[in-house]
Amino acid sequence: MLERGELANSWRRERWDSLRLLTPNWQSGLPGLPYEGDDSDGYMTAAEVAELIGRFAASVRAPVRTATNVTSVRRVDDGYRLTTSEGEFRGRAVLIASGACNLPTVPAFAAAVPAEVEQLTPFDYRNPDQLPDGGVLVVGASATGVQLAAELRQSGRPVTMSVGEHVRLPRTYRGRDVLWWMDASGVWDQRYDEVEDLTRARRLPSPQLVGTAKRKTLDLNVLTAMGVELVGRWASVRDGRALFSGGLRNVFSLADLKMDRLLSGFDEWARTNGLDAELDRPARFAPTVAPRSPRWQLDLRGGEIRTIVWATGFRPDYRWLDVPVIDARGQLRHDGGTVDSPGLYALGLPVLRRRKSTFIHGIEDDARDVVDQLNSYLAGGSRSSARANARGRSRSLARG
Amino acid sequence: MATTIDNGVNVQALLDAREVLAGAPEAAQFTWRASSKWQNGVYSTTTIQKYFGLGEEQSHKTETVFNADHPEVFAAEDRGITPIEYILVALASCLTAGVAAVAQNRGIQLRSVESTVEGNHDIRGILGDTDVRNGYNDINVTFNIDADASEEEIEALVAQSQKRSAVFDALTNPTEVTVSVA
Repeated sequence: MLERGELANSWRRERWDSLRLLTPNWQSGLPGLPYEGDDSDGYMTAAEVAELIGRFAASVRAPVRTATNVTSVRRVDDGYRLTTSEGEFRGRAVLIASGACNLPTVPAFAAAVPAEVEQLTPFDYRNPDQLPDGGVLVVGASATGVQLAAELRQSGRPVTMSVGEHVRLPRTYRGRDVLWWMDASGVWDQRYDEVEDLTRARRLPSPQLVGTAKRKTLDLNVLTAMGVELVGRWASVRDGRALFSGGLRNVFSLADLKMDRLLSGFDEWARTNGLDAELDRPARFAPTVAPRSPRWQLDLRGGEIRTIVWATGFRPDYRWLDVPVIDARGQLRHDGGTVDSPGLYALGLPVLRRRKSTFIHGIEDDARDVVDQLNSYLAGGSRSSARANARGRSRSLARG
Repeated sequence: MATTIDNGVNVQALLDAREVLAGAPEAAQFTWRASSKWQNGVYSTTTIQKYFGLGEEQSHKTETVFNADHPEVFAAEDRGITPIEYILVALASCLTAGVAAVAQNRGIQLRSVESTVEGNHDIRGILGDTDVRNGYNDINVTFNIDADASEEEIEALVAQSQKRSAVFDALTNPTEVTVSVA
């Protein structure tokens, strides 16, 4: 296993201070390593996740070579040649486990933002103290956006949040963590070949959730009550002004309707499984309240906004992958983790094989399936494996 | 389910087109065109027939002529609707088409789809008051839909129609507009 930095590198270096997992602790187990702490309804900090991964690596004696940055993977006759900061490696198969969130995505018009406004991505952001005093424009309303908007508002700063399509979820429903429902009702086990619109499922933003001791919901109504001003999706910059979409109400409707459909599905599942007696009564949440007249533009030179935080998503970085398996959108072409090049496999991408593929507890089932395929690929290519074995170089490599 | 209902929308053709154009983005580039001619006063006629798409020149079956004028309360002769009213025509027809297409795709039989569109407009802007914008302050669309579907499903139809509407996007998001003299 080749690791560019140290074990659990991104959890150590690419997360803001207050970040906690969205999944409750009881759900955040790894194979053979269930959660055994005394806060099973709590949510791990990034440092705790790094510690968990370290413990898991030790328990399975994972052959990790840290500080080994892969700069190129090329196809050669009997497999792949990897160039790294620590020299060359060869393997008949390569498993890509480098994740889906290597680079923050920032729209092109960010270049037109006046220079006096500071710009940060979630990779740069650590805590509110880092920002100048004054107004903040948080762009994006996924888990990252709502969490940073709340934290920055609590620091006393005026916060405006630009909201596009988003996924609204309550933290708890009928007394249980909403992610308990996702798990128990089978949503998370839904396979990639059963999902109706897989492309859309793979591009879904993270839900508006935060992990806190009080299991608080952090939706747009909560942010509005905190004094965060909501504006539409940021469309462009013209003459130093940010221009926002006038379609804010519809993104609220889409998210409210979608949440209600999900909750109705949960209710039906609970009823058919005879669980109504042990759960709280079904309930519905107030629709997202639209500001009376949301602003469509904001003068970025007026001093009202001192900092922009781009919570506009992340993308994978495959610049090191010199194999033609990347599509026009920069995503890896694969079928359930089997990449479109012999001996190349992937794990840990959104809805790779199941809806839970990118969650800590979701990796086990995916890993079994993908490793089975990788093993049968290695077993099948007996001729070339004999050749490789003769050189004592038969192995598969994982870039994680 | 989708086969037993019929709203008159060939959804399969649209889904097929999406598939084909995903691999041929250049064929998806359309240019819509209108040609306008001043008649007299604030009255003009605009004709539409040809457009470009799927890699070649295309044509509507017939040429359509749109008359635009201003009403008598604007001291004009009212030989056609006001230009800003064409925006209401475009928005209503686009959202209605979307409702029909989404309903077809979701297997929902429509019986009637009616809507009213109101655009609130402070005309002091076009008369030169620089503190007032020229265009609409806001637009409200109200749908009245009779269909074999729950209230939530009908709301979802209308929401999805907005999400996929060209005119809704054109109105709610800024567009680069260049006007030049030939």
